[in-house]
Amino acid sequence: MKEPVQPAPASTVDEAEIQRFSALADTWWDPQGKMGVLHKFNPVRLAFIRDTVARHFGRDPADGETLKGLRLLDIGCGGGLLCEPMARLGADVVGADASPTNIEVARIHRDRSGVAVDYREATAEGLAEAGETFDVVLNMEVIEHVADTELFMRACTGMVRPGGLMFVATINRTAKAFALAIVGGEYVLRWLPRGTHSWNKFVRPEELSALLAAGDMRILEETGVIYNPLADSWRTSRDMDVNYMVAATKDGTTDVG
Amino acid sequence: MNGNTPKAQTRPFDVVIAGSGLTGSILAVALTGKVRPQLRVALCGRAGADRNDPRAYAIAPGVRLMLEVLGIWERVETRAAPVMEMRITDSRLEDVVRPLMLSLGEGTDSDAPLAHIVPAGALAEAADSILAESAVERVDPGTFRGFETDGGRALLVGSNATVEGTLVVAADGARSVLREMAGIRTVGWDYGQSGVVATLQAEIPHGNRAVQHFLPDGPFALLPLPDNLYSLVCSMPKDRADALAALAADELKAELEARAGAEIGPLTPLTPAVAFPLGLHLARSFIAPRLALAGDAAHRMHPLAGQGQNMGLRDVAALAQVIVEAARLGQDIGGLDVLERYQRWRRFDTVQFAMVTDGLNRLFSNDIGIVRALRDTGLGIFDRLSGLKRQAVRDAAGLSGDVPRLLLGLPA
Repeated sequence: MKEPVQPAPASTVDEAEIQRFSALADTWWDPQGKMGVLHKFNPVRLAFIRDTVARHFGRDPADGETLKGLRLLDIGCGGGLLCEPMARLGADVVGADASPTNIEVARIHRDRSGVAVDYREATAEGLAEAGETFDVVLNMEVIEHVADTELFMRACTGMVRPGGLMFVATINRTAKAFALAIVGGEYVLRWLPRGTHSWNKFVRPEELSALLAAGDMRILEETGVIYNPLADSWRTSRDMDVNYMVAATKDGTTDVG
Repeated sequence: MNGNTPKAQTRPFDVVIAGSGLTGSILAVALTGKVRPQLRVALCGRAGADRNDPRAYAIAPGVRLMLEVLGIWERVETRAAPVMEMRITDSRLEDVVRPLMLSLGEGTDSDAPLAHIVPAGALAEAADSILAESAVERVDPGTFRGFETDGGRALLVGSNATVEGTLVVAADGARSVLREMAGIRTVGWDYGQSGVVATLQAEIPHGNRAVQHFLPDGPFALLPLPDNLYSLVCSMPKDRADALAALAADELKAELEARAGAEIGPLTPLTPAVAFPLGLHLARSFIAPRLALAGDAAHRMHPLAGQGQNMGLRDVAALAQVIVEAARLGQDIGGLDVLERYQRWRRFDTVQFAMVTDGLNRLFSNDIGIVRALRDTGLGIFDRLSGLKRQAVRDAAGLSGDVPRLLLGLPA
């Protein structure tokens, strides 16, 4: 038996949130399972990350090693749905999650897949305090679940190296988002358990922009992501009313390229 | 999975293609060359497996674009004939003049060919010559004996060797052993009909017209080839097909001329007639973990529309694109989420086409007066609705809907 994890003081981790996702952990990797919506969402966010990295660092988006040599952190990595593809594209990946169950699931799957990912049961604040820095920080579908967004974003932006990138994906705080993400996603389509999201934790783009600016980061790209029920797939769109993603950079030069 | 799985004798591959017929060989071509990222591809089976295939295929325009991109077209072009017009008649043998019910190709605002007729052997030779100079590794694992998955890898177990890959593609034909080993069942039925193929020399210039007579015992098609040759593709009840294939050359000639009708004129068989049983089957699923079915392993349909090989090559176009796009995103190319995209892309198209060709065959393979009257009226009306006709031609040509890039003449 492992010792129970003691919550760190001033942690941004919301215990209730961790419990909810831990309950989902066993089905992370089943595309027809409860996380099916994330699997369907994955190609569009992978493409956004890959293409932005290719432009920013002058890489080839089609050579299968677009992230070669980049040190990458996936904060709130869950079962590793983003970590494994990033590692296959050549990144040196650290996957961090506050849920020991998620980390355990991610490790098991990593070993089956035969890819290299350094999974850590850790929080953004913990990694930042330890002095970790990265060329790319992925902050995908996490900010709407943390208890203190300012503290969390300060830790995340602090770990981005000068010239590096941070990707943030989240849900806008609009009436449409309430209708689609909560009523639609949790109650009608049952993609996610009820209570997965709280509307008042959703983040408006201008709030995100301010949180990034406070960490000396400016937005390079932003895009909405919408669901097409006929094709049962997600695609990028100018409509940022519900799901959206941004890429931000910290000015300065990086020694990778 | 049991504890005594054989170890793979080679380094693991990204894609292991099981079956070196046309579908498997052309998929290998589509995954090699300048394709990025570079994938390690194994092609399991003998080279030249299909070089002596007596059939000829009607290659649809979209599929021809794909063959151009892959460098195959330039190697088969001189052995291919364009079909500028397809004359479809519904007739009885005793009708001296076969009333024209439907003419495809005229009135489509284009002088582009409806299709090209290409000998199967020419396509096989072209693919083999490209593969001989490619990075694709030919592996001969012997008879396929097992298919197993273990985490991120799949093992194709053969009688001589075991090959390991992230994804295995079953391109091992209508009686796919891999499909069976993966536990994928098929739905379908035997038509009780056989196809008969032969190559015929015509005397009257064919003018690049294809002819399809819907005769009471089944469709009879003559497809133009260079040098004023026809490729014969017809289907009929099994016993009659076997009898036809057993005829001496002069008797065969007389029989075929009677079926072709007076407009076609004398026909001299240059090859023996070969009969093979026809059936329709569709795999209940085109995918399983780390396995994708392509070509006849996934579907086999009535050859009357000349679409069987086109469907297999459209599978190739879709699967190659799905694999390449997933690899560029760092996804697991054998994962079900990736393979599901291939299945969604191909299954609707395939089922739809199988049902249309099956329905046409059933509708036309009978001689009941009322059915004949209805279908004559139906085809006549169809012919007058030029917009609908154009759409039918575009559908048959694979030019509508969400089309894989290769079928638009673009790299995967």
